[in-house]
Amino acid sequence: MLDMLLDPSFLASVPRFVTPLLLAALGGAICERAGVFNIGLEGMMLTGAFAAVVGAYFAGSPYAGALLAALAGTAMGLVFAEFNLRRGGDAIVVSIAINLLAAGLTAFLLRAIFDANGAFNSPDIAGFGVIHIPLLRDVPVLGPLFSGQSPLFYLSLAAVVLLHLFFGRHRLGLRIRAAGENPAGLTAGGVSPNSVRLMALAMCGALCGLAGAQLSIANVNLFVENMSAGRGWIAVVAVLLTRGRPWPLLFITVLFGVVDSLSFRVQGLGMPQQFTDMMPYLATLIALTGLSWWHRRRQS
Amino acid sequence: MSAPEDNWMRSDLLPWISTLAWILGILLILMLLVSAPFGAAIEGFFQGAFGGRRYAFLMQTLSRASLIVGMALSVMLSFRAGLFNIGGEGQLVAGGLVSALVALALPGPPLLVIAASILAGMAAGAAWALLAGVLYLYVGVPLLVGSLLLNFPIRSVASYLVAHPFRDVPSGMLQSHLVPTERWLPYFPGLRLDIGILFIVLVSVLAVVYSHKTLHGYRARLNGLSPDFARAVGLPVARLTLQTLAMSGAIAGLVGAIAVLGVHHRFIDGMLVQPLYAWTGIVAVLLVGMIPWLVPFSGFFFAALQTGAAGMERAAQVPKEIALVMQAVIILFVASRMSLSLASPRGKDKGADGDA
Repeated sequence: MLDMLLDPSFLASVPRFVTPLLLAALGGAICERAGVFNIGLEGMMLTGAFAAVVGAYFAGSPYAGALLAALAGTAMGLVFAEFNLRRGGDAIVVSIAINLLAAGLTAFLLRAIFDANGAFNSPDIAGFGVIHIPLLRDVPVLGPLFSGQSPLFYLSLAAVVLLHLFFGRHRLGLRIRAAGENPAGLTAGGVSPNSVRLMALAMCGALCGLAGAQLSIANVNLFVENMSAGRGWIAVVAVLLTRGRPWPLLFITVLFGVVDSLSFRVQGLGMPQQFTDMMPYLATLIALTGLSWWHRRRQS
Repeated sequence: MSAPEDNWMRSDLLPWISTLAWILGILLILMLLVSAPFGAAIEGFFQGAFGGRRYAFLMQTLSRASLIVGMALSVMLSFRAGLFNIGGEGQLVAGGLVSALVALALPGPPLLVIAASILAGMAAGAAWALLAGVLYLYVGVPLLVGSLLLNFPIRSVASYLVAHPFRDVPSGMLQSHLVPTERWLPYFPGLRLDIGILFIVLVSVLAVVYSHKTLHGYRARLNGLSPDFARAVGLPVARLTLQTLAMSGAIAGLVGAIAVLGVHHRFIDGMLVQPLYAWTGIVAVLLVGMIPWLVPFSGFFFAALQTGAAGMERAAQVPKEIALVMQAVIILFVASRMSLSLASPRGKDKGADGDA
């Protein structure tokens, strides 16, 4: 068992699974702290995954893909803001609609733009290469874990630190927290909570878009309908469990990521794919159950 | 925010006209995007939704509508009781799977097997919903995410069972064996429509009666409108919650059984998930603001939207996913016009600040 966990190719695969979860969950964390109940991460991620392929295919650069993914995610965030904040739609209803919109729109545009059914796969999709870090790459365990990953992985780690500082020190970060914890106080200070939440949703969309880019142009080089496959929901759970705090979020997404890559691994050992498929969700359910139970006991 | 102006606007038709204009505008943009021939597309839509040789497509729409309405009624009972059970998909799959296995394996006279298969499906759906309910009540897992996450394992289990032990191997597909013909739900004489729709009509009537006329339904709704009040006046909130979820799950299970015994006659991997029956059901309920007697109409509307889009694809090469996009657009515009206050504070409570 330990052998398997320390195996370089296993270690190298962990960040591939952690990155999308972490980026999406950090986006969700911003919404959570701003007091927006956003369970549309799944849809924003899927939108990003598709946009990344469009950008990488037509501009021939993965960075263009990632940029377009972030923009498309932001657009979804703004749609959320328009209907939730401005038109007063219920956050859960809007989230469900965003998820359906993303599923429909990506499948529709897949046909309209690429004339492809179900999946699009082409050598012209310029995917992300990996970044090798000199010296570190030769260190056992840490080398395969931290060297030779997609740029988005390093970005996601940086985002944890940045978000921590953002919530602690930055003016907008503080306002976002105020919008969640004490919106009346924020209003009294002359700032409209909804304009702060709008920013939060836009940032959340961008991060989820990048999470999608990791799925479609870093982990693989293709788009498959519904390729986010429930990861956005796992990110939602991670946000709920950590109440949107960046460092615990890193911890828990790494945990989920390890399970995810582990399940991928045991599939190679002959376990039916259907069982390995459900492992991440079971792990999420177990973590959710355990922590809820612990929380409840502590309260009573 | 600007209250007086808002009131004046709300009492007027104007905002609804602008809503309609937005929706049609987006539809138009999508059609132009794929440069669809409009005449052919519109004709294809109506043909696909209501036409066909001997109204074959209309029957398809009705059959799909009955599944969607069933899922809609299932979530409606939960939603009205303030329970954000969005795990209908898992309950549907559990019901369909168990019903298929019973119909394939149980010996006995056809009529009894059909009845047993339906009841087993309903029990399975109820059990899956109860699992989410128990986690919610006794462990503190928020119902919203708990019920949703339970969708994934049951999908995998169903997929495994029809891919390995119960697979119809010669067919080459991931599906169970065909249920023997005498165990199918019969068709209406002369029509390609199974009698599953009758079950749904019955459930619709029962749901309206339950919601408006029974004490249990009244209490469940009270619990939805104000859980604190319900608790304060001494309603058995926990029991109410579990019973409501069980009803919800049983209806979803029934829909699964109808899809197996009436429509596909076997369990095919993904057959209950890919058409998004559960999500369309949720959307259908939200569209009409959870008013029970309107649910069948909105369910039929969305079913026609989907089969119509399939017709449009055949006739004018418009990707049929346009239906899904329009469904989302409609729900965004319409649901945000109506205050669904029933959903908002509770759901947020349970999710963001609640006992997670």
